[in-house]
Amino acid sequence: MAVAERTPLVEMRNINVAFGGVHAVDDVTVDLNAGEVVGLVGGNGAGKSTLMRVLSGAHPADSGEIQINGEAVSITNPRDAKAYNIETIYQTLALADNVDAPANVFLGRELTTRLGTLDDGAMEDSTRRVMGRLNPNFTNFVTPVKSLSGGQRQAVAIARAVHFNARIMIMDEPTAALGPAETAQVRDLIRQLKAEGIGIFLISHDIHDVFDLSDRISVMYHGKVVGTVTKADVTTDEVLAMIILGKPPTEVTKEELEELHA
Amino acid sequence: MTDIAGTAPDQAPAAPRMSLRGALAATEIDVRLFGMLIALGVILLGFQVASGGTFLRPTNMTTLAVQAVGVAILATGMVLVIVARNIDLSVGSLVGIIAMTYALLMADWLPALGFADSPFRWLIALGIGIVLGVLVGALQGFIIAYIGVPSFIVTLGGLLAFRGVVWVLSQGAAVSGLDPSFQLLGGTAEGSIGGDATWALAIISCVAIIGILVYNRRQRRRFGFPLRPMWAEVFLGAVGCLVVLGLAAFANGNHWPPGAAARYAQEHGIPCGTPCDLKISVGFPWPVVILIGVTLAVTFLATRRRFGRYVYAYGGNPEAAELAGINTRWTLVKIYILMGILCAISAAIAAARLNGATLDIGQSYELYVIAAAVVGGTSFAGGIGTIPGAVLGAVVMASLAYGLSFMGVNSSIQNIVAGIVLVLAVGFDTYNRRRGGGS
Repeated sequence: MAVAERTPLVEMRNINVAFGGVHAVDDVTVDLNAGEVVGLVGGNGAGKSTLMRVLSGAHPADSGEIQINGEAVSITNPRDAKAYNIETIYQTLALADNVDAPANVFLGRELTTRLGTLDDGAMEDSTRRVMGRLNPNFTNFVTPVKSLSGGQRQAVAIARAVHFNARIMIMDEPTAALGPAETAQVRDLIRQLKAEGIGIFLISHDIHDVFDLSDRISVMYHGKVVGTVTKADVTTDEVLAMIILGKPPTEVTKEELEELHA
Repeated sequence: MTDIAGTAPDQAPAAPRMSLRGALAATEIDVRLFGMLIALGVILLGFQVASGGTFLRPTNMTTLAVQAVGVAILATGMVLVIVARNIDLSVGSLVGIIAMTYALLMADWLPALGFADSPFRWLIALGIGIVLGVLVGALQGFIIAYIGVPSFIVTLGGLLAFRGVVWVLSQGAAVSGLDPSFQLLGGTAEGSIGGDATWALAIISCVAIIGILVYNRRQRRRFGFPLRPMWAEVFLGAVGCLVVLGLAAFANGNHWPPGAAARYAQEHGIPCGTPCDLKISVGFPWPVVILIGVTLAVTFLATRRRFGRYVYAYGGNPEAAELAGINTRWTLVKIYILMGILCAISAAIAAARLNGATLDIGQSYELYVIAAAVVGGTSFAGGIGTIPGAVLGAVVMASLAYGLSFMGVNSSIQNIVAGIVLVLAVGFDTYNRRRGGGS
């Protein structure tokens, strides 16, 4: 494991989150290096999104430690996360439907004029630029995002994440609402961001997406990490077995595997 | 609505034959607001016809405007409260407390402290009233935002408790005798800015309208965004100026009552016959000038500052606002602080008009204020509503009430009409939105 030699960009250690009696995230440890894509996979309710909500500051952990570049940090709200250049694309997109695309892209980080008023011109201008890169078909910068298509709304959510010099990016099902062409665009974007040295946590239900884009894959099952594997060392079947059975490939018996394929 | 929303701004080159709807879209006038202006015009003209041409006179319209101000000022803040998915039922009682405080300060407390002759007496009172509004607003906002008690409950408690405080403060009696300077806020003939100042204000407004149009066009050009067609800019500027100047001329058509004019003539040694034929233009009453200032200030906060952006984003999607890193709780507290300040301003005008404070001053304001905001297009679903719309809503409701009482209709019928109009206006709006948003 040559990767373990250097300090990871992000390390989440022994993270615990409980909702009432349910242990949604149970003593989970994952890490992420610069320029690396780590796929987070698992069934519904496995705890992937909750784990990432801890990192993005949306939900504080009950216990555990987060290190960024080897230094312990405290992330208790989304502002903290953004201060560490952690950007998140939520599955729900988290857009304010009643305001336009530039307002959403800059939400919470508005550009202002010297007089302290909103600089809508500059914000629209920047949004046009970043959209030109992400999705050149995007032309509607003035109506509330409620009236946009699913793909366009997704583009707004992505634009918000990439515009602010992210070092760490969390993508929760970034292609779930997209058609084939737009999905291909997002895949290209992920490769481009990776090439720029950004570390990416990718949550996806689509095992092929994950295999295509990830360097390593962490599999979660009922709140625990079953195992973290390097993509080159495993097959999709092995990862699927981990997702469904909740055991690392070495512990899976022949009978179980056959049952899976039956 | 639908085709306006669907038109990409880049396809600006005008169609060869322009429809009325297309022309309206090119000017980017808020269609809703435009519709309300027309409704207001219909109401005023209706009363004009029904009254045989005696309704639309400067003196009536001035009275109507002054009556609308108290509610309209509060409605500007209520829009933000409702946009942020909350409610404030305590405004009427808070107006009561603050108005009673003004009256007691000027009639009893300040004189007792030796400020009886201070020319700043009224300013001290006003300052204390605003501080009181800020404190009460901050307290209610804190309980709502940080402790998490629903605003309906917190402000319902305020509605009950604050009215009780009014009684305790005044020991159950009305208080009268305000500072003469303070009384000017009530908007009598003396409490108006006069003919010259009215013209000056109108001309300044006219210049400001043109300045804003030019600035916006420059900003759009700076970034290479699609521009409004030139005719639309000129049209907007011309209509804006005409309206402002027309209103000024109309307000100046109102003259001081003969008794007051005679007194003024005598004091200033101006000869005038008996009965005195001196014509002094009244112009805009102070309350109206204050309302204009408040409307501009709150609109500025709502549309040009981060605060307003956060209020609307929170109303559109509270979770998204939180995830975007907005301090949503503090934003809510600020809304209630603003509401407290507006209560202090509204209370000043209410007390000045009465030259004192009664126990029921401000009573039921909360209902009229919420009605005004909602008639003005504010949605209880959150995220939608404009300040000018709410002011217009207040003026529409006040016009109905004033017009009906002008026609001699009693107040129970007035309430029936107001209730029906409220539900009809919101029903019409909901229907329109559903049709517009459905496709």
